[in-house]
Amino acid sequence: MKALVAVKRVVDYNVKVRVKADNTGVDLTNVKMSINPFDEIAVEEAVRLKEAGVVSEIVVVSIGPKEAQEQIRGAMALGADRGILVETTDTVYPLQVAKILKAIAQAEGADIILLGKQAIDDDSNQTGQMLAALLDVGQATFASQVKVDGGSVYVTREIDGGLQTVQLSLPAVITTDLRLNEPRYAKLPNIMKAKKKPLEEKKPEDYGVSTATNIQIVKVTPPAERKAGVKVKSVDELVDKLRNEAKVI
Amino acid sequence: MAILVYAEHDNKELKKATLNTVTAASKIGGDIVVLVAGFGCEGVAEQAAKVAGVSKVLCASNPAFEHQLAENVAKLVVSLAGDYSHIIAPATTTGKNLLPRVAALLDVNMLTDVIAVIDAETFERPIYAGNAIATVKNTESKKVITVRTTAFDAAPAEGGAASIEQVSVGEDADAGKSKFVREELAKSDRPELTAAEIVVSGGRALGSGENFTKYIEPLADKLGAAMGASRAAVDAGYVPNDLQVGQTGKIVAPNLYIAAGISGAIQHLAGMKDSKVIVAINNDPEAPISQVADYFLEGDIFTVLPELTSKL
Repeated sequence: MKALVAVKRVVDYNVKVRVKADNTGVDLTNVKMSINPFDEIAVEEAVRLKEAGVVSEIVVVSIGPKEAQEQIRGAMALGADRGILVETTDTVYPLQVAKILKAIAQAEGADIILLGKQAIDDDSNQTGQMLAALLDVGQATFASQVKVDGGSVYVTREIDGGLQTVQLSLPAVITTDLRLNEPRYAKLPNIMKAKKKPLEEKKPEDYGVSTATNIQIVKVTPPAERKAGVKVKSVDELVDKLRNEAKVI
Repeated sequence: MAILVYAEHDNKELKKATLNTVTAASKIGGDIVVLVAGFGCEGVAEQAAKVAGVSKVLCASNPAFEHQLAENVAKLVVSLAGDYSHIIAPATTTGKNLLPRVAALLDVNMLTDVIAVIDAETFERPIYAGNAIATVKNTESKKVITVRTTAFDAAPAEGGAASIEQVSVGEDADAGKSKFVREELAKSDRPELTAAEIVVSGGRALGSGENFTKYIEPLADKLGAAMGASRAAVDAGYVPNDLQVGQTGKIVAPNLYIAAGISGAIQHLAGMKDSKVIVAINNDPEAPISQVADYFLEGDIFTVLPELTSKL
């Protein structure tokens, strides 16, 4: 069966972003960009399913600027077979991303579609669910374990009170949580090989999707600064401050 | 204009997250209708009817909704959506699982984790792990949003007298895409992490699960606090992952947050920096947690925590 994995180019998770002075967004010039950490976990899971003989081909898709090629190549170095870059410099919102992915999933005949649970830039946590809705298939969000058995997939999900296991018929959409796996590092020979793997370039219009939306960012501001704290020297002083100054105990 | 609030519950009890969501709905303005979807959830509907500010409760009880599988419940919500300008749910794992599916079926974009309502179509939400706050205008025909419960006070659980209406559901309630297999819920007598007034969290420095039991639990019990953890502590297997506080775990904003042996990575701060008072106990005075802590005590957690517990 075929696996489709969606990856997003985002600011590296270690970077502390700064809001632009004109409040139009965050400053991304000269900032290190990486594959969204949850998407890396999705790629890893697809590769493991391939190694287990469940999946025969892994197609990785990214929607974004030309530079998102780097993230697709990165996914190929981990084991993905082919890439599709849907190139646009527009901000593409989750519903439009889901519409493009739907067209690709159908064209490719993907059986298992893996995405990260959320991108660490917009923190939306929507695309996988929207894609499942548009494809009219089952969804398993926040996956911490995936087992394919015949025509079904059993997914253990991280929910607020603990864990929940669901069974979905294939095709299905799965979004990854942190504890699904630990992604491998790309080895140098695999990075070289990845450069030769096929990478198709497309535009949103090729799938009949417009990036226009009814969501508008009015402004972006820094979060409220916290007042500088104090260092306390002893447990007694801490207890006293909590009781008499902060009055929280 | 009417607002549909999706209730968080476990078929027995209405969860507090619903009360925070009702408050967010009241800031939008309009009749507030609460949807209780589940199985054998009539008691929950009665609790929802008593919440101040609620004008009507819809109760949809069907085996297909028992575990609130998104495939089934999204169909139900969409079938009811015609009457509402806004559909909102708490940004819990249930709400986050369900609402994007609803939004896509309605062909609208949506907003996750709203922290403030400016007007009926303008909202604030954090992006980049809370390092920026976006003010967003949503002019979709239907506004679908999930709200961060810690950003809104709970509506009074008593004082309302809403009518309850049963929603009749056809035989096709089960979309046939998914099946519930099993659930393993963590048992705890402590307050729920996201709703607790005080949270005591431990990090990698605890070194083991036994040390959580020995050092963090007694302090949490003494304070009547919930227990939390950093991702490092969860990944190391010291505590179950539903205790993780951070960008990808729970978002908390208690009156008092005690971070013991937690360095304070960006992703952890995203989950707790709206706490009223933050205490950090760490042997590294340069740890990033010191920048957000109101009170920082430099010291060894293994001596400080027992001393603190005994002096409270």
